[in-house]
Amino acid sequence: MTPAVFQARAVTKVYQMGDVEVHALRGIDLDILGGETLVLLGPSGSGKSTLLNIVGGLDRPTAGRIRYRDRDLTTASERDLTMFRRHAVGFIFQFYNLIPSLTARENVELVTEIADNPMPAAEALALVGLADRMDHFPAQLSGGEQQRVAIARAIAKRPDVLLCDEPTGALDITTGMVVLDAITRVNTQLGTTVAIITHNAAIAGLADRVVTLADGRIASERRNDYRVGVDAIAW
Amino acid sequence: MLAINRKLLRDLWRTRSQALAIALVIGAGVAMFVLMLSTFDSLGLTEQRYYERYRFGEVFASLKRAPLALGDAIARIPGVAAMQTRVVVDVTLDVGGQPAPVSGRLISIPDEGRPVLNDLFLRSGRWIDAFRDDEVLVSETFARANHLDAGDSVAAVINGRRRGLRIVGLALSPEYVYAVRPGELVADDARFGVLWMGRKALATAYQMDGGFNDVSLALEHGASTREVIARLDRLLEPYGGLGAIPRAQQLSHFFLQSEIDSLRGMGQIVPVIFLAVAAFLLNVVLTRLVAVQREQIAALKALGYSNAEVSWHFVKWGLAVGAGGGAAGIAAGTVMGRNMTAIYTEFFHFPVLEYHLPAAVVVEGMAVALVSAVIGALGAVHRVVTLPPAEAMRPEPPARYGVSGIERAGLRRWLSQPARMVLRNLLRHPVRAAMSTIGIAFGGAMLIVGTFTIDSMDQVMDVQFNVAQVYDAIVTFVEPVSARAGDEVRHLPGVLDAEGFRAVPARLRAGHRERPVSILGLPSPSALNRVVDATHGVVRLPPDGLVLGTKLAELLGVTAGDLVTVEVLEGERPVRNVVVSRLVDEYMGTNAYMDIGAVHRLMQEGGSLSGAYLAVDSGAEPALYRQLKNTPAVAGVGFRRAAIDSFRNTLAESVSITRTVTILFAAIIAFGVVYNTARIALSERAAELATLRVIGFTRAEIAYILLGELAVVTLAALPLSMAIGYGLAAMTVTAFNTDVYRLPLTVTTHTYAVSLMTMVVTASVSALIVRRRLDRLDLIAVLKTRE
Repeated sequence: MTPAVFQARAVTKVYQMGDVEVHALRGIDLDILGGETLVLLGPSGSGKSTLLNIVGGLDRPTAGRIRYRDRDLTTASERDLTMFRRHAVGFIFQFYNLIPSLTARENVELVTEIADNPMPAAEALALVGLADRMDHFPAQLSGGEQQRVAIARAIAKRPDVLLCDEPTGALDITTGMVVLDAITRVNTQLGTTVAIITHNAAIAGLADRVVTLADGRIASERRNDYRVGVDAIAW
Repeated sequence: MLAINRKLLRDLWRTRSQALAIALVIGAGVAMFVLMLSTFDSLGLTEQRYYERYRFGEVFASLKRAPLALGDAIARIPGVAAMQTRVVVDVTLDVGGQPAPVSGRLISIPDEGRPVLNDLFLRSGRWIDAFRDDEVLVSETFARANHLDAGDSVAAVINGRRRGLRIVGLALSPEYVYAVRPGELVADDARFGVLWMGRKALATAYQMDGGFNDVSLALEHGASTREVIARLDRLLEPYGGLGAIPRAQQLSHFFLQSEIDSLRGMGQIVPVIFLAVAAFLLNVVLTRLVAVQREQIAALKALGYSNAEVSWHFVKWGLAVGAGGGAAGIAAGTVMGRNMTAIYTEFFHFPVLEYHLPAAVVVEGMAVALVSAVIGALGAVHRVVTLPPAEAMRPEPPARYGVSGIERAGLRRWLSQPARMVLRNLLRHPVRAAMSTIGIAFGGAMLIVGTFTIDSMDQVMDVQFNVAQVYDAIVTFVEPVSARAGDEVRHLPGVLDAEGFRAVPARLRAGHRERPVSILGLPSPSALNRVVDATHGVVRLPPDGLVLGTKLAELLGVTAGDLVTVEVLEGERPVRNVVVSRLVDEYMGTNAYMDIGAVHRLMQEGGSLSGAYLAVDSGAEPALYRQLKNTPAVAGVGFRRAAIDSFRNTLAESVSITRTVTILFAAIIAFGVVYNTARIALSERAAELATLRVIGFTRAEIAYILLGELAVVTLAALPLSMAIGYGLAAMTVTAFNTDVYRLPLTVTTHTYAVSLMTMVVTASVSALIVRRRLDRLDLIAVLKTRE
């Protein structure tokens, strides 16, 4: 068994929204294993984004522990978390979060310029099939192309783990499939651990393991005996 | 170039109009700073060079007459490095083109070689020939004002005899940079001239052979001026010494110095306002930029950029704007400083022009620009640091609004829906709305400060020439004359009324403080020259005691009821303790008054008069002038109308330069604030306004919502600008409080009106520019972008 890259133990997260306390996570225990593709499934408000943000070092749990390999992210300093994100994590967001004032290549360079052992930006873009669109600005790209730039940006640093938050949420079926194909190829070809959160159960077929969240708790967990290809997903 | 820096460049380009508006404000502030301080430095340097090269004295003394041998004793005073004795005589001149008599001062220069001190710069012509007793050098300013040149002649009444003097050259002296006739406050180049004449010729004409009546000293390095003056006064006392003064009190130097000093003051106060406004604008724009880019910031953080790196990215935006504004300001300030120095050089008739831009001013100018930029960026930095990346990844929640207090107060039903939106939006950012209001108000306030001095000058002129000095001419006698002789002026042609006065040179002493003054004895009540208090109007002199101007009282540290020691420097030189019976708040000079009877008692003399004020029938002026020019007893004649003209000219000149610059820059401030406020509002509300357009609002209606906010802010700024303007004017008045004149705090309705109008126009222009953008609002695109 591959050792766990992430270990979450009794992780809870409480937000103060005005006068109301919102319990986003209520005691999550979860391991993410090296090299696997994990899908976190759940309806909106189930806490899956919160969990992903905590795993990615963007947020801290209210209680509980989260470890990345031999490091404790719960007690890590702001600087350590920044370095963790810079070197270990690749993020892919639902709304791509590209810098609109930078071209595709420059968006990727944003990362390669600060990472330790990055691949050339052009290579990362070629991996997602955008070799000929490198000098376009985000506004000149379609949604799927933008998301693929985001993937190139995430993988260019050769991250240990790729965290994807609703990567196809804003895309139509066809483009969504192109994007998912790019993500799965990162997993299979580069061996990068991938965690995808989605409310779209169809995507679960791509995963080695599927964890379902509901109301801040893990509702179920199952392992797929075999992963289906992107083209076999039934939307 | 790093990708993040490319982002910076493109951000700058996209926000260029706002960046430019802010850079303009910063540039204006830095330009003012560089302008004022480089001119200050250049004038100081020019003055210093001029003084050094032409050996300007450091101690000056006048006396009645002393034998030349006393000069040796003076030269032996410890600390004296050089000494120059002279013969100085005030005369009446008859200048070809001038119908009126003109005051002249004849100063002796050595027959051989140059003066040891107070040397002359020969502008044109040649030096005098010692063998000819009618050759003179004339001050260039006087020659120019009267269209005189080498080869021309003027007539002087010298010791009762009319003599022709041939001008052989035009000269400038460090001693008369500012040629002010004694007893007056403004240089009048046409009616007061300095002439230099060979020592022997002048001494012979005035029976000063083997004697002198004026001495200047240069001191050794480190010598005590105070000590030297005390010893000099003791030596001169038996010879009618009028009290030695240090360079600081020498009239020309004193005027020059106070002019230069005021530049420094302005150079330090004014730019602060600009840079504060610039910092505020930068804060607003950058904060908005951070808000617009919150998801980009979150992404950068998620990608592994640290808070410091992201913050630095936004600070660099501010620094770029600051550096751009600073560089432009330094360039503009240098050009303006060079021009201003040239204008002043012309104004003061310096023989050399030395424009010097100190490296420190450049560095400081750039530093203040950058510091204000960084201060302005701090708010943005705070937001960047506190922005939680996880949260920022999600679209911004709807802004929190509330029902405004005004609406709750029951006005709700009177407000239309758009009006409510305007109101609620303003109240959602109360601090920002308040700061915008204050920023615009400062623009208007600057306009008031830039223009109110004219109002104050008018007030001074009105009091000085319509209430106080209502005489047409003032005649001063060579020596005090008896009341009966003085009365003869009454019978001169065209004289409607005459009033004698007695002026006595004296030193006032209170404790360790002292001040040389001329105590003016006036009849009480006086019809032609009245003592006027700024608040209480015409003051009637008490039968006994001194009436002091508040400035003089302040310099002496005394107030009404105190005793001061009066050391008279004329005649029997009595020393008396005299009570200060009251103070008068005056706009000009440091004056001391007494009832003329009290002066006579102090001097233990009969009804001596030093001169007389005349009311003249204007039709008979030419006859009067002819007579005065040929009256030996008359040392000088001054005219009220000429004084008014030269006062107006002098002040108008020095005020108008700074005024023009201030007004221009004030408009920049107002524009910068209004334009930025409008652009930010447009950026924040584009989606909302587009939605309104889609559901059927017209362009005019959405413009009303957006610009209504601007209108409220601008309208609120109007009364505030009046208040701030008044406050700044009060500060300026305090800064202008010199021994020469005090400005009253007068701001007319006209000044307020001009300022308010300018702001309304500036705001309207900014609004129009934004309105044009609003009209081009791409509805589809705006609704598609997720903000």
